[in-house]
Amino acid sequence: MILIINGQKKNFAAPLDLQAALEQEGYSDMLVAVARNGTFVAKTDHSATKLNDGDEIEIVAPMQGG
Amino acid sequence: MSKALHIDDTILSSRLFLGTAGYPSPDILRQAIKISKPGLITVSLRRESAAGKGQKFWDILKSFNIPVLPNTAGCHSADEAVTTAEMAREIFETNWIKLEVIGDDYTLQPDPFGLLDATKRLVSKGFTILPYMTDDIVLAEKLVEAGCDILMPWGAPIGSGRGLNNPIALQEMRKRFPDKTLVVDAGIGAPSHAAAAMEMGFDAVLLNTAVAKATDPVAMAGAFAKAIEAGREAYLSGIIAPQETASASTPMIDKPFWHQNG
Repeated sequence: MILIINGQKKNFAAPLDLQAALEQEGYSDMLVAVARNGTFVAKTDHSATKLNDGDEIEIVAPMQGG
Repeated sequence: MSKALHIDDTILSSRLFLGTAGYPSPDILRQAIKISKPGLITVSLRRESAAGKGQKFWDILKSFNIPVLPNTAGCHSADEAVTTAEMAREIFETNWIKLEVIGDDYTLQPDPFGLLDATKRLVSKGFTILPYMTDDIVLAEKLVEAGCDILMPWGAPIGSGRGLNNPIALQEMRKRFPDKTLVVDAGIGAPSHAAAAMEMGFDAVLLNTAVAKATDPVAMAGAFAKAIEAGREAYLSGIIAPQETASASTPMIDKPFWHQNG
């Protein structure tokens, strides 16, 4: 299935949960927060969140800001 | 002498709120924070790559042990701002959010309707909102009704360095909301602008570009810290009312050659 991760299309083997997708993408040890299709998904819900083809995942981290 | 500035139960040690973006290097940011000792520092969220750029930045900021205020910079809708705020809360472990919903790309003017909508939704989720807003009194009233104890009107458009575009409106806001924490956010260029806001009775000033883009950001950060402290002290000391006519400061009685007319 195709997921759109931070604006980029990527292929993944289904079925997949959010936790596994983050691990496969190399984010497992990082301080990041995630939204799926525009809705925040708390860290505690990552493994219970099953992903669907076409899901848009935003992965963010701390950044300088004003 | 005056009540300490606080947000929720956290007492802030300075009335300078400093942004962390756009400095020539992380080391200059570090020095600017060290010299100016801001009461809080603002941060943001951006897409993270697997290279983990954001992790290093966060390590630098954490070392200062200063409260952080995440923003929702760049959000153009209440939906985006709400989701960004929720992501920020998880990452920075704070309920505070500098809520920005931009309504105009040219002036970066906040969208008052989106801001109010996002405020209501985030208050219901337990956030403490620091709304980046215009100096509109009606909007201020609605935000207070929605649960804001802090209001952050702009001085001028973000990054413009123009100072206080509409001091009359800002003064009016101070008068109308005597018990709320008021912060001038954005548009500050010179330390005198920040001092002017503090002399009006604003509780704090939030700025970024004026320091980050100064020729010497570290020295400028120090200058702003002094100006904000001076402005606050002046406000508390009772600034004299302007007069239309001159009034000699040196006593006239018994001056040499003094004589009473008539």
